[in-house]
Amino acid sequence: MTQIVRQSSRVTNRVIVTVVALATVLSAAGCDLRQRMYDQEKYEAHEATTFFKDGLTSRAPIEGTVARGGLRLDTHLYEGKVSGELATTLPPSIEFNRALLERGQQRYNIYCTPCHDRTGSGNGIVVQRGLKQPPSLHQDRLRNAAIGYYFDVITNGFGSMFSYASRIPVNDRWAVAAYIRALQFSQEAAYDELPAEDQRQLQ
Amino acid sequence: MAQVFHRSSNWLARFSIIAVIGVTGLLFSILLNINRIDYVSEVGVAIDQPVPFSHKHHVEAIGIDCRYCHTSVEESAFAGIPPVETCMTCHSLIWTEAPNLEPIRTAWRDEKPLQWNRVHDLPDFVYFRHNIHIAKGIGCTSCHGAINEMPLVWVENALNMEWCLDCHRNPEKHIRPRERVFDVHWTPPADQEAQGLQLVEEYDVRVSQLTDCSVCHL
Ligand code: HEC
Ligand code: HEC
Ligand code: HEC
Ligand code: HEC
Ligand code: HEC
Ligand code: HEC
Repeated sequence: MTQIVRQSSRVTNRVIVTVVALATVLSAAGCDLRQRMYDQEKYEAHEATTFFKDGLTSRAPIEGTVARGGLRLDTHLYEGKVSGELATTLPPSIEFNRALLERGQQRYNIYCTPCHDRTGSGNGIVVQRGLKQPPSLHQDRLRNAAIGYYFDVITNGFGSMFSYASRIPVNDRWAVAAYIRALQFSQEAAYDELPAEDQRQLQ
Repeated sequence: MAQVFHRSSNWLARFSIIAVIGVTGLLFSILLNINRIDYVSEVGVAIDQPVPFSHKHHVEAIGIDCRYCHTSVEESAFAGIPPVETCMTCHSLIWTEAPNLEPIRTAWRDEKPLQWNRVHDLPDFVYFRHNIHIAKGIGCTSCHGAINEMPLVWVENALNMEWCLDCHRNPEKHIRPRERVFDVHWTPPADQEAQGLQLVEEYDVRVSQLTDCSVCHL
């Protein structure tokens, strides 16, 4: 988790200059009121506190509780599994279209490219700086993997790769998985399978 | 009886009148401009952090997208400060011995939060939201300056009311295409005003309401 500590020096500087300039006009009480308007008795996101033992104002839900609307019984959507097996299709609630692929591409480029690079060959910039090289997404084993497998890797991590569940919401995870499929097809496509227009461009 | 004051001391009386007006005026102008003094708003002062995290390194040299770390900037008011887990996605595998990163590793091991020092901080009576600015094509660098060149973050623009209003009155000077919002190398094109006006219309920016007090002071 993260905490943010308030820097009160900015307000303090302001008060110092104000006091110097208006020593005779402003009373100390006025300054105090102003300071209290600037820093009210409420917590902002991630602000540190002494109230809770762990010092965090952002609290986790109590263990064993489910928030309203937070029930996740649909294993296909939330775990990428259908009756215990990795899903081979997108969940029914996710529509396959251009918008989904574009969203997937955008999220892939944000969260995966530092290591897997834009093409998925596993040569991202951080790998060039010495991080363990991830396998190419274009090897046969991964090309044949179920789409639910990608959802699972993003959700739970894999080996030394961390989970991205806290940063990529469920729907976006499916979008990334769909985009990886598209990437794989794009690398695999044989010349005669390409649309006539792309064939012309290649010539 | 001889006069107490010599004639020549008249200038003193006149001078003191002028001086009083002058000094009071000076005091008032300081009061009025107090928020514009950079010393007060700490513009350009790099803030020390427990870990010398460098945007120059991670954004410019490595090219990581802002959203890899500031995950909530598109959806919520708060941009989000990354938990140590985010750092560990890379630093559990590279630079694992760097002494500079010891606080991160300790926090991760002990499951303790790491305390970052706040750089930007609006007064609590001002309401600011990131998501609406991102959605309407205002880029990070328009407000935060060239973050990709900062070894430690500093405040580039004094966050005073005048600054907010300057843009709320004329957003066309700063607005950019949505897909360039996270691009730290975007520079305004030569015909920014013309293109800006077009975008203001396209994105349906409600310029006429943006200076209402209730927008920022609920
Ligand atoms: C910080 C670097 C890094 C990032 C970012 C990253 N990965 Fe990985 N990924 C790895 C590494 C390293 C491995 C190999 C792990 C191992 O073998 O222990 C890996 C493995 C994989 C695998 C292969 C699993 C297998 O069966 O071999 C998939 C699929 C994958 N990552 C998908 C993703 C997706 C999708 C994203 C973006 C949401 C992503 N990765 C982001 C480093 C990363
Ligand atoms: C690798 C993670 C990472 C990336 C990528 C990243 N940041 Fe940060 N950012 C941080 C951390 C950690 C902090 C808190 C420490 C600090 O203030 O330097 C921070 C702080 C900031 C702050 C100051 C917050 C405050 O306290 O007021 C701003 C503004 C900021 N980042 C903007 C950006 C922008 C814009 C980008 C993209 C161009 C970006 N960051 C990319 C990790 C990151
Ligand atoms: C996507 C991978 C990645 C993430 C995430 C990341 N870093 Fe880094 N970081 C690097 C790389 C790569 C380097 C080495 C840069 C180089 O080779 O020049 C580095 C270098 C550093 C250094 C310099 C080490 C030294 O001793 O000079 C610090 C400090 C650092 N990172 C802190 C952080 C913190 C704090 C976070 C979390 C907010 C973070 N990093 C997240 C990839 C990452
Ligand atoms: C319209 C101006 C503006 C734009 C555009 C903007 N910011 Fe901010 N940012 C601010 C202000 C003002 C604050 C201080 C908020 C506060 O104190 O409540 C801030 C604070 C932050 C913080 C500290 C955490 C927080 O939310 O208080 C981070 C991190 C940050 N910005 C990152 C970003 C990133 C990344 C982008 C681009 C996607 C961005 N900002 C775009 C004005 C802006
Ligand atoms: C670079 C330009 C720019 C700057 C600087 C800027 N804003 Fe904005 N702001 C905008 C635009 C554009 C909108 C979107 C208006 C709309 O919704 O149509 C906006 C919208 C807002 C809204 C939401 C209005 C609503 O009705 O939902 C708030 C609140 C706000 N700004 C507060 C601030 C504050 C506080 C500051 C100064 C700390 C600030 N802004 C600085 C451009 C800017
Ligand atoms: C675009 C956002 C925005 C709008 C609109 C706005 N303000 Fe502000 N206001 C601010 C910010 C930001 C500050 C904090 C300035 C600072 O910290 O120096 C502020 C501060 C103030 C203060 C306190 C000054 C101080 O230093 O204590 C007053 C009073 C105020 N505003 C009144 C108004 C009134 C009246 C209106 C309507 C005519 C208005 N504001 C509209 C953003 C706004």
